[in-house]
Amino acid sequence: MTSPLEQKKIKIAGPSVVTANRTWDGIVVYRTAAKSWSADLSEAAIVRDSDEAKALLAESVADDVGAIGPYIAPVQVGADGKIEPGNLREQIRRTGVTIGSTAQA
Amino acid sequence: MYAYDEIDRTLVNERVSEFRDQVQRRLSGELTEDEFKILRLQNGVYLQLHAYMFRVAIPYGTLATNQLRALAHVARKYDRGYGHFTTRQNIQFNWIKLAELPDALADLAEVGIHAMQTSGNNMRNVTSDQWAGVAPGEIEDPRIWSELIRQHTTLHPEFSFLPRKFKIAITASDHDRAAIKIHDIGLKLIKNEKGETGFEVLVGGGLGRTPFIGKTIKHFVHGRDILSYIEAILRVYNQYGRRDNIYKARIKILVHELGIEKFSREVEEEWQHIRNSSLQIDDEVIEDIRSRFTYPNYEKLPHMPDELRQAAADPEFEAWRKNSVSPHKVQGYSIVTVSLKPIGAPPGDATAEQMDALADLADKYSFGEIRVGHEQNLALPHVAKRDLPALWKALDKLGLATPNVNLITDIIACPGLDYCSLANARSIPIAQELTRRFANHELANLIGRLHINISGCINACGHHHVGHIGILGVEKNGEEVYQITIGGRADEGAALGNLIGPGVKFDEVADVIEDVVEAYLALRERPEELFIDTVKRLGVEPFKERVYATR
Repeated sequence: MTSPLEQKKIKIAGPSVVTANRTWDGIVVYRTAAKSWSADLSEAAIVRDSDEAKALLAESVADDVGAIGPYIAPVQVGADGKIEPGNLREQIRRTGVTIGSTAQA
Repeated sequence: MYAYDEIDRTLVNERVSEFRDQVQRRLSGELTEDEFKILRLQNGVYLQLHAYMFRVAIPYGTLATNQLRALAHVARKYDRGYGHFTTRQNIQFNWIKLAELPDALADLAEVGIHAMQTSGNNMRNVTSDQWAGVAPGEIEDPRIWSELIRQHTTLHPEFSFLPRKFKIAITASDHDRAAIKIHDIGLKLIKNEKGETGFEVLVGGGLGRTPFIGKTIKHFVHGRDILSYIEAILRVYNQYGRRDNIYKARIKILVHELGIEKFSREVEEEWQHIRNSSLQIDDEVIEDIRSRFTYPNYEKLPHMPDELRQAAADPEFEAWRKNSVSPHKVQGYSIVTVSLKPIGAPPGDATAEQMDALADLADKYSFGEIRVGHEQNLALPHVAKRDLPALWKALDKLGLATPNVNLITDIIACPGLDYCSLANARSIPIAQELTRRFANHELANLIGRLHINISGCINACGHHHVGHIGILGVEKNGEEVYQITIGGRADEGAALGNLIGPGVKFDEVADVIEDVVEAYLALRERPEELFIDTVKRLGVEPFKERVYATR
């Protein structure tokens, strides 16, 4: 697999986070400023330019045991500082499937 | 049912031990994700949006009741209480933890189930007709040959690192329920003029980004030569298939670029080197496999038992019987399709409770056997007609008696953006809304046979190209947009659908499909003319006009 750092030049259009899936159980996690992973988006480190994004992604990729498949994802940061996913895909990753609970326990 | 021997059991158990060790080394950091990925994929473990996804093989779609209960157990103990049956006779669990996967695999191995080669660039699960062995008029049970190919190709070193994944499907009936024409290799069991069993071999079918209908490469290959012929195809593919571009790596691209004539010459040349080798199958080998398939000890039963005659007065029972019950090759018995498409629910999902209860019903009414079809429904293959009323009542209580098989609400859908990391758009909510729009069974019956297939991206796991109505979700400027095709089909007359016009937004899809259906009802020459035949007769234009006239 090509490292996400090598894929292409990293450009971001607004506030972003690094997200991945935790290795042992696969749940969605976000890279924190404390160089750790959290399942809570509100604890994610926010990057606002390409250099910051590249640095955060680099340290995330280096933590291969902690989480897998890290990538940069857009977010929206409210006036109150609240962080929300920046697109539908990330919204679904954060809040779960949109299909109701017909078949779910 | 097929009885596995000691070699099979040892293979499966050793594989579990091997994977347990690999998982431990991954979790300890000894293996990087780059190193581990190919190992997990070879054991059916993907990473999806929310979690790991675990795909388990159901070879040729046949399950014993203890196996279905084991799947229910995995759903309950290691997942979130349900599983999703796919279009290739697999079941997927969406929320499995990597650390617990070896235990789940070990539990499945106890009943002879595994996840080998349900992912990766190798030979995938060999699929077949879910009515195999019980369909009236079939040449012979295609699962015997499916099993032969399964044995030969499982962990075959030459086929473990192919340019891309490789799928084989087999049918033995004139009506193709296995969708062989959209597989890398499609096999149709036939008899030659001497009465010998063999195969019409098709190659190069497939959907995805570049869809093709499979082409006949050889009109008759004797059964004893089928392994060598398949191997010759695979060798040509292995040698010339492109590894530099994932989008051009499937055999369909090679067949298309070389042309079927040149491709078949290459295969023929390769075949001459190996056809008289140890790959030639002795009759004893086939007979040994055949002997491992056990068939029910059917009773002599009347064609129309009293129980069935009495139940016919109940219109709800009759609606279900006419829709979901099919003729069996043995008098007095029926094949029952169990719809996994209740109104408003995700297509193909079954809860652990439903799986357990269905296993109980299969023990009671179907000689302990369940089948899985590529349309994401299940089947009970050996139901005595006298038991149909009791079975219907029991299925109805479980939510498994929706009389919509082959109707507009019997939708094939991939997991889409709700689960899948490749998807661009959601599939399941579209299916749910469509089933609500067409929930009225009288309306659905008035419309008649109509297959809607939905994919959430161009990879086409929902087989949208071959839906009578196909719906493809794409992403455009950050929004979900859906392209609608009509005229596709996956059976013996397989064809790719044609686009009716510009894509429409998520909220408009159900309205557009209603317009297409209304146009069909107005345009058909008579009630018996199926949607697919009206489209064939008139083409896309009248449907396009109806849909886009006011949009």
